[in-house]
Amino acid sequence: MSGLEQWSWFLDGWIIVAGILCAVSTALLGNFLVLRKMSMLGDAITHAILPGLAAAFMISDSRSSLPMFVGAVIAGILTALFTEWIRGFGKVDEGASMGVVFTSLFALGLVMIVQAADHVDLDPGCVLYGAIELTPLDTILIAGWEIPRVVVVLSIVLLINLLFVICFIKELKLSSFDPALATTTGFNSTIIHYTLMTLVAITAVASFETVGNILVVAMFVVPPAAAYMLTDRLGTMIVLSAILATIAAVTGHISAITVPHCFGYHSTSTAGMMAVAAGLLFVVAALFAPRHGIMVVSVRRQMLAWKILAEDIIALMYRIEERDPHQKPDAAYLREVLFSRPVPTMLTLRYLTRQGQITEASGNYELTETGRDRARQLVRSHRLWEHYLVEHAGMSTETIHKQAEQLEHFTDRRLREKLNEDTLDTDQDPHGSPIPPEDELR
Amino acid sequence: MRAFALVLLCASFWPQSVVFAAADSGEIQTRESITDRSIAIPEWKDWKRVFLLQDYNTRVVILGTTLLGMAAGMIGSFALLRKRALMGDALSHATLPGIAIAFILATSLGLNGKSLPILLTGAAVSGLLGIGAILLIRNLTRLKEDAALGIVLSVFFGAGIALLGIVQQMQTGHAAGLESFIYGKTASMVATDAWLIGSAGLTCVLISILLYKELTLLCFDEGFAISRGFPVVLLDMTLMGLVVVVTIIGLQAVGLILMISLLVIPPAAARFWTEKIVNMTVVAIVLGALSGMVGSAMSAIFPNLPSGAMIVLVATAMFLFSMIFGIPRGILIRKLRRYELNTKVHRQHLLRGIYEYLETRGLLNEKQISETTLVPLAALHQMRSWSLPALKKMVKRAQQEQLVETIGRDQLRLTDAGLQEAARVVHEHRLWELYLITYADVAASKVDQDADAIEHVLEPEVIAELESLLVRQSTEGVLQSPHAIEIQQENTSPRRPGSRRTT
Repeated sequence: MSGLEQWSWFLDGWIIVAGILCAVSTALLGNFLVLRKMSMLGDAITHAILPGLAAAFMISDSRSSLPMFVGAVIAGILTALFTEWIRGFGKVDEGASMGVVFTSLFALGLVMIVQAADHVDLDPGCVLYGAIELTPLDTILIAGWEIPRVVVVLSIVLLINLLFVICFIKELKLSSFDPALATTTGFNSTIIHYTLMTLVAITAVASFETVGNILVVAMFVVPPAAAYMLTDRLGTMIVLSAILATIAAVTGHISAITVPHCFGYHSTSTAGMMAVAAGLLFVVAALFAPRHGIMVVSVRRQMLAWKILAEDIIALMYRIEERDPHQKPDAAYLREVLFSRPVPTMLTLRYLTRQGQITEASGNYELTETGRDRARQLVRSHRLWEHYLVEHAGMSTETIHKQAEQLEHFTDRRLREKLNEDTLDTDQDPHGSPIPPEDELR
Repeated sequence: MRAFALVLLCASFWPQSVVFAAADSGEIQTRESITDRSIAIPEWKDWKRVFLLQDYNTRVVILGTTLLGMAAGMIGSFALLRKRALMGDALSHATLPGIAIAFILATSLGLNGKSLPILLTGAAVSGLLGIGAILLIRNLTRLKEDAALGIVLSVFFGAGIALLGIVQQMQTGHAAGLESFIYGKTASMVATDAWLIGSAGLTCVLISILLYKELTLLCFDEGFAISRGFPVVLLDMTLMGLVVVVTIIGLQAVGLILMISLLVIPPAAARFWTEKIVNMTVVAIVLGALSGMVGSAMSAIFPNLPSGAMIVLVATAMFLFSMIFGIPRGILIRKLRRYELNTKVHRQHLLRGIYEYLETRGLLNEKQISETTLVPLAALHQMRSWSLPALKKMVKRAQQEQLVETIGRDQLRLTDAGLQEAARVVHEHRLWELYLITYADVAASKVDQDADAIEHVLEPEVIAELESLLVRQSTEGVLQSPHAIEIQQENTSPRRPGSRRTT
């Protein structure tokens, strides 16, 4: 039982179209909110428009949507404006000023409403889940086509946002990353900022009137954040965020129909599931993103740790050999000197054996010819660095070992040659150990 | 009372629902014109009833909100300094899926799904998960705090709404009002609520007092705390756990928006009054308690004022007052300080201008102010890039301070006090110029501007230090200028041979 038997292209198609339009137009602007560290603005605006709605209601004495819309947008812009003022004049941190403004406006709106209407019949259910499921029912006739009003409104909003982002991409980029530079290059980043805020308010109000506020808040933050994990380029990030928002909208609606069926219930809130789908996309992006993903970063770190351990082991064995050619260390001895844990050491030794850099005989290890070459280069790097640090960085001989220990792992042949040229011609390091030659003399 | 409690509890969650529902219902025929919507002034006995806490209900509500305001003020201070003011917002949304799951589990196990402890446990667990997610996103990815908060808030809340959609289809549950049950009912608070708030709030306050030093360090210098070996992640978790506890208690008692505002506004207001964290927490506690008390009292006195919203508005009023009048960080005091500095700078510029005018013409004879020492305003106007009206204003102010006196319309001269002050100002300016030339290798032709920027804020100790550091040219009196003073009007006047260049 999948729940898809009742799928109707007319109903569900329009719902998905509305979801996509809303998600994409919000995500477009959301990119800049995330970059400007104002991700919570969507949440703040959706709460703070209450006094705008109440004022519009009181002044126009009607519930027609245009005055309400205007009132809400004005309240949304005021939220951004007041936040900016309190942050600028009062030197209050961004989050706190946002918190002060939107809770205050919300409370004000609440008082206005209670004063305006003594008897308010409340049905929290009516907009709680976002009215996106009701999208296809409210249609208007355009060029002979019955198109849901929501879809028309959201298409206009999307068009405006797209135009804004495309026309002002350069200004937006500059003012998001370096407002001071933006101002010095001659355009006013304040104007760009407030235009952006106005569009955010319009988008938030338009989407939230039609599809419920939770989807708005989610789409402002989650797809851009996921895209930010995936790329370093602003253009790519914007396109990716739009794609991710679309995927979230489609899968969200489908899973809202199908998932509850697995547990024997009917469909659940589409807006809620769209937010969840976006969240899952974010988790995937955060974990597996090619450059900044958590998995990739930790695997890269682990690989580096193992590489360094392997190099430390063969360098240590080279030094042991240098001191006493007949001593063949075992794993326990290596662990004790290197302060390494048993499992990684064992794995690394096994890896080195397979690579043919060391051989094992009854628990004792010995360098092979390849291993000795690699180790000699490491030890040479180490001692050259020590030399260099004493000579050119003026460090004392007691402190250089640690530095050289870190640098030796990132020193290639060219750098070694350069170091050799730059240091005094000697075959001993500052501690008196010989600096091995680059290639073994045969 | 119940009517607006209902408004509060529903509206605090879905702002639009109030308006649209109100509009949709079409039952609002009783409305009159805008002018009639005034608030009736209550009678004397109402005031007395509230202030003497005669009503059981009023007593409980005022006590509960006051306690909550205190606890939130304390915890909120740390959250604010940690730049996590909106943490309460994210967390309170993140509790929703926990509540829904707790209800589903409890109902399917045959328990009463609406029992408060079960729902609160669910809320706390899901709040803690939310915290974990925020910390993970912040610490492991390149996203910032605000994005982490936004992601957790919206995704958890979306999940909660999806789950509630399922809860409503359950046959066993009478799930109606589940969300409003948990999201606040200030006016119908009962004594047990107040006790719960009181005891949990006290625990939070005690914990934060015990960890005061550590939390302070965490807020101000995380890196230092790490280097000193403090368990920073654990402390962070503790702080956020405290936020969760306060938020959840508050949510249940007073509603979402009110809870966020109690966590944010009193600490933000307190910040204007002090630079010390101890004072800040104390002020935040007092402000939180005051807004709880005054807000709920007002709501009890006046009809038709929802108590939750009133508490927020009282807190906002206090915030605005603090932002404008707060000392030492309020707007007015900062403006005043800047104004005073500007006045001082202008006065010193004026005096130096007059002094240099006199000096370059050799009119400074033995500190004798004679009839010949008149300074024409026009000549002063030439010396700096200042507008004539501004110059006239400065002269007027200096005249009030009896540093100069005006002769006729556009001539002035220094008084004795003015001459002394001018000599001091010029001396300090040249000391600093000399220092810049000698020690900072600034070209002598540029040094005038650089000295201009700092000479007005030199402390007496610095002057003494400069005096001893620089070899004095003459044993007494005012230093000679290390560079030629530009005279635009009469370039014929001889440049002093004594204008030394030390470089």
